[in-house]
Amino acid sequence: MAASSLNSWVAGAWKALGDLLDGPFAAVQRHIGAHRMAYVFLLPNLLVFGLFSFWPMILNFYIAFTGGQSVILGERPLVGFENFRELLDCPSYLDPKTCPVAGYSFWTGLWNTLFFAAVQVPIMIVVALVTALILNRNIRGRGLWRAVYFYPVMLSPVVVAVIWDWILKRRGILNAVLDDAVTGWNGFVASGWFAPVAGAVLALVLYAGLSRLFCRLNAICRLKWAGVLAIGLAALAVLSPGTPALLTLAEYRPVNWLIDQRAGWPMFWVIFVYTWGHLGFYMLILLAGLQAIPRDLYEAAEMDGTSKSRAFWRITLPLLMPTMIVVLVLSLIRAFQVFDEIYVLTGGGPGQATKMIIQHIYESAFIGDAKRYGIAAASSVLVAALLMVLTLMQLAITRKRAGG
Amino acid sequence: MIGAGDVVTFLTRTRGRGRLHWSDWLAYGYLVAGLLIVVLPIVWMFLSSLKSPGALVENDPRILPYEQITVPAPDGSRTFGVQVWTRPDGTRLDVAVVGPRGLNARVFEVGKPEPVFEVPRSQLARKEIVSPRWENYTEPTIGATQSRTFNFLRYFWNSTFVTVVATLLTLVVNAMAAFALSKYRFRGRDAMALVIVATLLIPPTVILVPLFMTVSKLGMLNSLWGVIIPAIATPTGVFLLRQYMLTIPDELLEAARMDAASEWKIFWRIMLPLSLPALSVLAILSVMWRWNDFMWPLIVLTQSEVFTLQLGLSTFKGELNDNMHYLLAMTVLTLLPVTLVFVVLQKHITTGIANTGLK
Repeated sequence: MAASSLNSWVAGAWKALGDLLDGPFAAVQRHIGAHRMAYVFLLPNLLVFGLFSFWPMILNFYIAFTGGQSVILGERPLVGFENFRELLDCPSYLDPKTCPVAGYSFWTGLWNTLFFAAVQVPIMIVVALVTALILNRNIRGRGLWRAVYFYPVMLSPVVVAVIWDWILKRRGILNAVLDDAVTGWNGFVASGWFAPVAGAVLALVLYAGLSRLFCRLNAICRLKWAGVLAIGLAALAVLSPGTPALLTLAEYRPVNWLIDQRAGWPMFWVIFVYTWGHLGFYMLILLAGLQAIPRDLYEAAEMDGTSKSRAFWRITLPLLMPTMIVVLVLSLIRAFQVFDEIYVLTGGGPGQATKMIIQHIYESAFIGDAKRYGIAAASSVLVAALLMVLTLMQLAITRKRAGG
Repeated sequence: MIGAGDVVTFLTRTRGRGRLHWSDWLAYGYLVAGLLIVVLPIVWMFLSSLKSPGALVENDPRILPYEQITVPAPDGSRTFGVQVWTRPDGTRLDVAVVGPRGLNARVFEVGKPEPVFEVPRSQLARKEIVSPRWENYTEPTIGATQSRTFNFLRYFWNSTFVTVVATLLTLVVNAMAAFALSKYRFRGRDAMALVIVATLLIPPTVILVPLFMTVSKLGMLNSLWGVIIPAIATPTGVFLLRQYMLTIPDELLEAARMDAASEWKIFWRIMLPLSLPALSVLAILSVMWRWNDFMWPLIVLTQSEVFTLQLGLSTFKGELNDNMHYLLAMTVLTLLPVTLVFVVLQKHITTGIANTGLK
């Protein structure tokens, strides 16, 4: 009752709004004729694109050749290639310290971004692919798993950064858990439980390995011998006097994950957190690609006696390749433009350790007293060229694959 | 020994009826481990958001929000923390701690303010109860202090306004373009389509400066419209809708034209209702984009009255203050609407995104 009255109310409001807007549109139609209305329908879209995409792109080239700090175009003096000289005039690009101030920031950001993309993209694609392959098995509750893995994609970068900042603080939960784990492990090693429990586990593992090894070497499986040998070795390992001392870990000292630069932790966590937030999207795309592979291909392969691994390399991977390339292109282009999560999580720090190229552009133009719009625009031109090369390269690869 | 064949079996084998294969166990193990990595941080943050400021400043790593029990001083001027005193003989007594004195603490028995005596501090342990602090949520939102701490209601309204208005405009503007490109034959149609695709090649992150200058020239700095307008036309939206509209038969439009309906009425009354499935996918995407948007609002909006929730949160995080309890609670409130939408529309969202390849 309530729902249907709401429905009819919405329908009424919809109709009324349509009629209201019909006035001006019908008037235009009378003027230009029905078949030219297409231009009218396209107009708002093209206006927005023109004003907020194409015009800025052209403007960007112009601003890259101007200096000063004014927002008003007319007040910006032309400086020629000065901005580019400041970005590119380095004795060595590998060592940004040799560059002018703006170049230092630019090259630091660029190298960090290249490193980030080179590490993050392969890791994320492999993990997303493994997850998608597992979900593509006959798993119970597949929809639920898929939803859970996808959920972080829905969260805003700011929320993701706040959550992980809270976990990675020096006295946050991660350090507390690791500390407890080390203390607990050392307690276990020192206790009377260690010898029987560790011995049993080790014996089982050794047995599994040794029995297979024996089967391969002898052709006859001497399982009894494998058992005796496994138990003997395990007992020897567990009961030897040096073992507990060897396995006792040093007391855990909390790590300042986002600030302690010596072991490269900030970059590690930046990659981890970004992957945590985006993995679900790529997993979803890959899963959709996997599910589009016709089942009868596998059935036919099975009839011909093809092994599972052969079917994977010869059917699954080739048919998934188009999806993989889409995923690769998307994730590379996104990784190059990474900003939000990292800016909120580390602010590019410690020092410049996690400062990415987009942060360099943002900070040149909008942070601090000296608003160096020219430097930011010149950097944008260089980054856009890089992204363009990347996109075209990927398109070429796709072409070649499709052609061959 | 595990060979390459086993790994492939683990990844691809489909489960048979009856007993679970070892690779099934491994698969479920992997899924559960992943589940923990995804869910635990969010759960941990939620539980932390219920802790008292004191517990957060001390970085109490325990899972549940513990709160020390306190009793008022005899004169009512202040409160004392209650601790459990374990005597050397093992008996226990609840005492209120008045203050420290060397290695001892001056205490009195709870309920008996006199006499005050001294006990070794090593024999004391805090007496605590689990008490979620819901004030973290109520104070910045409906409490009297809200405008002074974190102006949640203002940010929430700004975010909602941007999300709703931008989504409605996105739907209408892109549907109009899609209608023109799918149902009319006109000179320059292919060129127009190409122009729209070409905007895909312009990443918004590399036109920040000129976009900022354009928006500034139009007087939209520090206005929510400056956030809304520049991104309402999306090439992906146009093509998503165009693909769908191509499947709607032209005969329906011809019939309406026979009845002398105007082109706008055909669009509004026939095309839009029939494109509802595609429109809802775009609506979901747009809500997600707009609610979570950070970089562009960060550039356009510099005054706190026009901040969106994301800006408010990031600014609040940057301030080194002791309001961590509010920050965590407001983070939970920020992710709540998206989470609710996701729980309700989960199937539509995942299938919609899987089919379009957008996020």
